Amino acid sequence: MRSITKASIAALAAVTATTSFAFADGLSGDLKIFLDTSNPAPRETFETMIAEFQGMNPDLKIETTIIDREAYKTQIRNFLTANAPDVATWYAGNRMLPYVQPGLFEDVSDLWEGELGENLASTKAAMTIDGKQWGVPYSYYQWGVYYRADIYNELGLTEPKTFEEMKSNCQAVLDSGRKCYTIGTKFLWTAAGWFDYLNMRTNGYEFHMDLTAGRVAWTDDRVKQTFANWRELIDMGAFIDNHTAYSWQEAIPFMAKGEAAAYLMGNFAVDAIKDAGVTDDQLDFYQFPMIVEGVPMAEEAPTDTLHIPSNAKNKANAKAFLQYVASADVQTEINAKLGQLPVNNKSSVNADDKFVSQGFEMLNGAYALAQFFDRDAPAEMAKVGMEGFQEFMVRPDNLDAILTRLDAAAKRIYK
Amino acid sequence: MATQTEQANRSWYKRNEIALTPWLFLIPGILMFLFYVILPVFQSFYISTLDWDGLGQGTSVGFENYRELWHDPAFYTSLRNNLIWLALYLLAIPAGLFIALFLNQTVTGIRLYKSLFFFPFVISQVVVGLVFTWFYDPTFGLLNTFIGWFGFGPINVLGDPRYVTYGIIAAGLWPQTAYCMILYLTGLNAVDPEQVEAARLDGAKGWRMLWYVIIPQLKPATFIAFVVTVIGALRSFDLISIMTNGGPFGESRVLSFYMFEVALSEYGFRMGYGAAIAVVLFLIMLCFITYFLYSMYKEEKGH
Repeated sequence: MRSITKASIAALAAVTATTSFAFADGLSGDLKIFLDTSNPAPRETFETMIAEFQGMNPDLKIETTIIDREAYKTQIRNFLTANAPDVATWYAGNRMLPYVQPGLFEDVSDLWEGELGENLASTKAAMTIDGKQWGVPYSYYQWGVYYRADIYNELGLTEPKTFEEMKSNCQAVLDSGRKCYTIGTKFLWTAAGWFDYLNMRTNGYEFHMDLTAGRVAWTDDRVKQTFANWRELIDMGAFIDNHTAYSWQEAIPFMAKGEAAAYLMGNFAVDAIKDAGVTDDQLDFYQFPMIVEGVPMAEEAPTDTLHIPSNAKNKANAKAFLQYVASADVQTEINAKLGQLPVNNKSSVNADDKFVSQGFEMLNGAYALAQFFDRDAPAEMAKVGMEGFQEFMVRPDNLDAILTRLDAAAKRIYK
Repeated sequence: MATQTEQANRSWYKRNEIALTPWLFLIPGILMFLFYVILPVFQSFYISTLDWDGLGQGTSVGFENYRELWHDPAFYTSLRNNLIWLALYLLAIPAGLFIALFLNQTVTGIRLYKSLFFFPFVISQVVVGLVFTWFYDPTFGLLNTFIGWFGFGPINVLGDPRYVTYGIIAAGLWPQTAYCMILYLTGLNAVDPEQVEAARLDGAKGWRMLWYVIIPQLKPATFIAFVVTVIGALRSFDLISIMTNGGPFGESRVLSFYMFEVALSEYGFRMGYGAAIAVVLFLIMLCFITYFLYSMYKEEKGH
């Protein structure tokens, strides 16, 4: 059985190399797919893509289950152990670790050999644990500051390049009776976006990675410098009041109503901001500005991935599906619909979407890519850390106590 | 031969039928109770001595989880909130009593009023949580619009560590009061009209009537109301999860929510630590359960 599986994969891989429509060689049997793409646009994208895959393999019985994105995060550990699908969505980086370590994700290094691996090279590091690859990326997206271009024009502001400009812009926005940045920290992670960028711009990518990997103490002076920069913005009153009461979606109306001028977010927010009534002309995007000169500009680019659970029953079919999703044409197609970026470097980016094309340019020029605080740091550290960031945003005077607490947690978690 | 054994079997069952039948009826319940309640209690004790992520192999760490709990500030925050919940949630009992007294009259359409008052208990806790979240919203919410008319600034009830627990308890009291009310309404039906008559002849009125005549007769209803309210306060999970998700920075957590957070939530992988919290919560509940069982036992014996 094993050799048959291997042979068929080898055959598949061989055919893939010559033509991009190699998946039509008629897979049969079952394929059970669990997805967390519950938002309207991703849902439709995946349904269409799976329907096309079905069209190529009429004998294959595909069963797709779409689970609410937040619920999925807690359900995954149950279904990976008890009732495993053949393909499941998840995230890259350390976020895979809790499932890779107990052997719940299948090693798919063989998919990464050859051409496909070269095409996906930019995310290879984020998919690698212990020298093996544990899944295949299907999409990633940039983070940056989305701002109301009409407000900036009205006040005669331009996109800031440095932290000084960022602060002087902010002062101008404040003077006009608005807030500079909207944010909703009820679910904590939005605050981590600010921390990641401030830390990467203040201390650089390597330091940030060392910190999330537990190699630097949280009480380090360099970490304190990051928080000091953050505090400048907080003391100015840059962020909306009462942000602890809002989710990231609930923070959007402030921007839509013109009460706040900008939002540090991932590109997935564009849809939601436009839905709230902001037109394409009113909305624009800039890269998080430089803080310390000479620190190379690294960016956040969280990667969404597909995995095969070790308990899957139809691994050969699952691998064929992963290969299909990773292929250049499919990545072009699905990411155009998702409004995100394809990982495959042979894919093309939707040039009509100004956010996607700007983001693509920015990430191509990036010094390095971080996943996001809760994907780079282990789960527990992420939770404690993000809680600390939220507390800091409300009570900046507690900083020393917060950092001591984070340090104590880190000592336990990274032992 | 076969008929003989059959007869013997039948006669043995016949002989013990009276004693056996109740047990036969109880068996499914007992098995379920053992399997789903008693066994997990001991399992929790066992898991609380492990360092286990719920997926791989656990390693035994003895009482390390409890030692860590002892030094965990988040645990004390949760414990403190649990106590606040217990104390303030009991307000539902007098509130329910007064609404019941108010509604215990014969007016046209009283049934409609009763059902309207009972309504918050019928709707899901999740809906209650959402309604109150909107009500408290610092920018658009009804509460802040209302106090704005009197010139008070917006209060961020759910986002401020000082008010958040009280805000959630207020939301929880709404359905719990309705529950106590319905218990008292049924209790009031059982109040002996002759005793009320006699008290009236003796000149008892108002508060004295309530305190010395009505309330003693409502004792069974009060007992049940107390039990369900205490249990409700200790189980306060859904409202917290819906309204604040434990925040801001963990200030609205209670033990049950903290347990969920460390063991089962998005970032929680510490089954052992979660189980240790569960054990502590269980011990707290055990005090109440013992008290309830003891007073019920005393009651039974008294009859």
